[in-house]
Amino acid sequence: MGFAFTLFNSWQAETVKGDIPMTKQKVLLVGHGMVGQRFLEALADRGGLDHYDVTILCAESRPAYDRVGLTRYFTERDADALSLVPEGFMAQPGLTLKLSTRVREIDRDARVVITEAGERLDYDKLVLATGSYPFVPPIDGNDRPNCFVYRTLDDLDEIIAAADQARIGTVVGGGLLGLEAAKALHDLGLETHVVEFAPRLMAVQVDDLGGGLLKDKIEALGVTVHTNTGTRAIVDGEQHRHRMDFGEDRHLETDIIVFSAGIRPEDSLARACGLEVGERGGVVIDDYCVTSDPDIFAIGEVALWQGRIFGLVAPGYQMAETAAARLCADSEPSFQGADMSTKLKLMGVDVASVGDAHGQTPGARSAVFFDQSTGVYKKVVVSECGKKLLGAVLVGDANDYGNLLQLCLNRIDLPGEAAALIAPAAGDAPMLGADALPDSAQICSCNNVSKGALCAAIDDGATTVGDLKACTKASATCGGCAALVKQVLDSELAKRGVEVNNHVCEHFPYSRQEIYHLVRVGEIKTFDELLEKHGSGDGCDICKPLAASVLASCWNDYVLSKPHAGLQDTNDYFLGNMQRDGTYSIVPRVPGGEITPDKLIVLGEVAKKYDLYTKITGGQRVDLFGARVDQLPEIWKILVDAGFETGHAYGKSLRTVKSCVGSTWCRYGVKDSVGTAIQVEERYKGLRSPHKIKMAVSGCTRECAEAQSKDVGVIATDKGWNLYVCGNGGMRPRHADLLASDLSDEQLIRTIDRFLMFYIRTADRLQRTSVWLENLEGGLDYLKQVVLEDSLGIGEELEAQMQQVIDTYQCEWKTTVEDPQAVKRFKHFVNDDVADDNLHYVRERGQRRPAYEHERIELVQQEG
Amino acid sequence: MNSSVTLEWKAVCKVDEILPGTGVGVRLPEGQAALFRTRDGQLHALDNMDPFSRANVISRGLLGSLGGTRVVASPLYKQHFCLETGKCLEDETVSLTVYPVRLRGELVEVAVG
Ligand code: SRM
Ligand SMILES: Cc1cc2nc3c(=O)[nH]c(=O)nc-3n(C[C@H](O)[C@H](O)[C@H](O)COP(=O)(O)OP(=O)(O)OC[C@H]3O[C@@H](n4cnc5c(N)ncnc54)[C@H](O)[C@@H]3O)c2cc1C
Ligand code: SF4
Ligand code: FES
Repeated sequence: MGFAFTLFNSWQAETVKGDIPMTKQKVLLVGHGMVGQRFLEALADRGGLDHYDVTILCAESRPAYDRVGLTRYFTERDADALSLVPEGFMAQPGLTLKLSTRVREIDRDARVVITEAGERLDYDKLVLATGSYPFVPPIDGNDRPNCFVYRTLDDLDEIIAAADQARIGTVVGGGLLGLEAAKALHDLGLETHVVEFAPRLMAVQVDDLGGGLLKDKIEALGVTVHTNTGTRAIVDGEQHRHRMDFGEDRHLETDIIVFSAGIRPEDSLARACGLEVGERGGVVIDDYCVTSDPDIFAIGEVALWQGRIFGLVAPGYQMAETAAARLCADSEPSFQGADMSTKLKLMGVDVASVGDAHGQTPGARSAVFFDQSTGVYKKVVVSECGKKLLGAVLVGDANDYGNLLQLCLNRIDLPGEAAALIAPAAGDAPMLGADALPDSAQICSCNNVSKGALCAAIDDGATTVGDLKACTKASATCGGCAALVKQVLDSELAKRGVEVNNHVCEHFPYSRQEIYHLVRVGEIKTFDELLEKHGSGDGCDICKPLAASVLASCWNDYVLSKPHAGLQDTNDYFLGNMQRDGTYSIVPRVPGGEITPDKLIVLGEVAKKYDLYTKITGGQRVDLFGARVDQLPEIWKILVDAGFETGHAYGKSLRTVKSCVGSTWCRYGVKDSVGTAIQVEERYKGLRSPHKIKMAVSGCTRECAEAQSKDVGVIATDKGWNLYVCGNGGMRPRHADLLASDLSDEQLIRTIDRFLMFYIRTADRLQRTSVWLENLEGGLDYLKQVVLEDSLGIGEELEAQMQQVIDTYQCEWKTTVEDPQAVKRFKHFVNDDVADDNLHYVRERGQRRPAYEHERIELVQQEG
Repeated sequence: MNSSVTLEWKAVCKVDEILPGTGVGVRLPEGQAALFRTRDGQLHALDNMDPFSRANVISRGLLGSLGGTRVVASPLYKQHFCLETGKCLEDETVSLTVYPVRLRGELVEVAVG
């Protein structure tokens, strides 16, 4: 008593607030879910625990956990990881948590609640945070065994246990939660169906077109979607436990059913004690979360504000803050409704809805972008005047979410035509940079973090998204705002003059060029040496392959020798490109695209023996796909014995030198393009570089080898060779530039030597010659000076370095198959000679290919 | 790790069968694991299946560290997994099971069950 009194005195001395009780009062919190916990934290933050003793009555056996992240439990199986209660939190004086304690009754006259075990607890203030319960449609048989709901960790435990014995799982309800449940069943390896009564999925968030697209996408992942389908009854199945009867002879057999047909406010306690509730449920509250009884608050999903229930966590958190403030006699904040915009990744498909997605505002107009081939649907809803964004729906590509949400929430005037907001060329869309946002703009809606709050945290020293997450909670819940948080961070850091550097990664404060020089000048021969002298930490998947490439460009050691082996990306380590199922491809070198019938037969025989998918590549050679890691050495042994060499299809190195048939046969050919292509390919094969290098030689200006789209392109004229450089196909095609004309054979080679070595010395990581030239100060003219006029006086040095690489060439596959130690590494298991047993194939057009996910489930079932 | 659960240790290979800074695949009574030996000799074992591609390839990922966290990068789509906890750094809803590992003399043992 004396204690409370002193506390109160000292507190009153500094602030003058409303009527806070002098002695400690009793608060009962019914329900310890997400919102209940947030309420406790808010109360503690405001010093409320000095004035209230809070007893928490929690029906579940675990304290509050992250229900939003519930589905993670399927993969992690770690309930503790989901806990929302910070360590030591419940040990604070003033808090008593009673787990597995369900309230049965509230006696408002006596101000007492009675638990199911019969315990009576009195209260001064009561806070209802009982959330909601899953609605199970009244279908005959809905209470059969193996029928579940999806709300609590206990529900998930039951589903996991049942899935062991099951093959087919069906979710009733194609809303947001239903799709999440479907993903979980799918991940448990079940053939999964979604049964939705409405004509589309996610009826609340998206419209018909978007829903249709979502359905296509989800079906492509192997989940069968039945829309417009109502279940009449659930009865015994013939092959499976249940048969769901849809009427008109339609039915579906399944082993497990999960109902996810909506939620209803858990308001039974409130109803029974006569609190005012809504027509369709929910405990009526005012702007301060007070119910019709001034001593009882309701917050979270159980509460009904202005006729609305909020089935998301962010509004619940705002209510928690409001109720806590109210108990501490603060009138701020009050609850003013909340935005129901959402962004989700459902089964890998981006879906988002913002504001008035269905265009229900009078006069609203909408613009739609729909591309069925890429599976992207976007719609924006704008006000009658065309100036304000009211809402949006995004399916398949939700990158614009942050931008659109900000425009909508902050009622910013649209920067241009509404349609341009969703036009496919994102680069041209009027983007609303993080800079344009006012400080009041809400960036993270789950945790109500404004741009101003982020800026303050950055002022206090936050420099990474992780820092911001830790100190403001931004992006800590659904993660939907992460991209925007990063944008704000980057733009604010830039404003504060924090340099944006070109360091390769956190382990080396240098660019690739600088590392190249450090290696060359310091004669560094291993990664460990480089790290010790110039870096820190352990390295990573960026700097290790980079170092391996630079070391190879400089010294050209066998890439799998001990010090280099651990640096190689898997493609370089196993000397093949990894395919989507974890097997590898085999691409022998076919210089200039010229191949003898005998060699073709060997390729055919090998492909046949190992059942490899065989394809002619775009680079004039043959790719054999689907070799298991343990098969690679024996296959390559056969190929090496037949005179093949590695084609370096896996390396950042010379790929192919494409050729046209040229004067060998062609009536227009003015020079031997095949011969020159072979000579060039033999010369530069195995050369490690910042990115891959492609070349071509055409025998006349008709240019059948497409040399002007290559890094190095050679075209014959009657006066000699024209040399083109820095062309590119691929993602951003670039036409090559003419570097020199009418070169002799010898001049041609010397010029290419210098050009390539200069590129290797000065380019950035993964920079093709095209991008390198565009970034080279002085551009093509400068390049001509260096390479043709030797303005830097390094011409001979470049040639000598190239000669060293050429002299030390070895076919990595030949070296590997001849080295028993190296061959040993090509085992799937270190402790067993068997192969990976998780490879599943189907045959298509007479050849083998890896099964897609949905086919795989069927195959595993047939096999098992 | 819950100490009341009795772990069954299974010898899988000699330590020098794993080059420092690389990993190997390990066959377990049920399923498979990826076993890594870091440059400074620490041993870690995780699921071998990459949850993003469902291919058994984690053992072929590159080792490294990111902000002090020891990680392996999946060779297919390059997500990073913490060697200690199995958590995916890019997607917190995903993580790999971690198996206890120990060295007994020359032999590396992985705990199963
Ligand atoms: C097999 C092949 C497609 C085919 O079936 O024909 C192919 C297949 C791959 N290409 Fe390609 N590209 C193939 C010709 C091309 C061509 C056409 C050409 O070379 O004439 C191009 C455009 C030309 C160009 O590069 O400028 C091409 C542009 C790309 C790009 C984009 C490069 C760019 O600068 O934008 C990538 C991605 C990259 O390298 O980062 C890529 C990457 C890939 C990878 C390595 C993707 C990967 O990491 O798994 C593919 C795996 C090959 C494998 O497993 O063996 N591939 N790729 C062709 C192999 C040619 C060869 O014999 O080596
Ligand atoms: C799988 C899933 C995914 C979700 N994803 C998202 C999302 O991405 N974004 C989003 O914003 N929201 C999402 N939600 C919704 C979000 O979880 C809820 O909005 C939030 O949990 C509501 O919090 P609450 O505290 O009001 O209710 P709850 O978290 O449900 O907590 C209520 C608690 O009260 C207990 N209780 C009920 N009656 C009694 C009683 N008589 N006595 C004692 N205790 C009682 C209940 O057992 C429960 O523990 C998701 C929900 C689920 C199930
Ligand atoms: S175009 Fe794309 S899919 Fe086709 S081979 Fe090249 S990288 Fe693979
Ligand atoms: S919006 Fe959900 S975490 Fe920020």
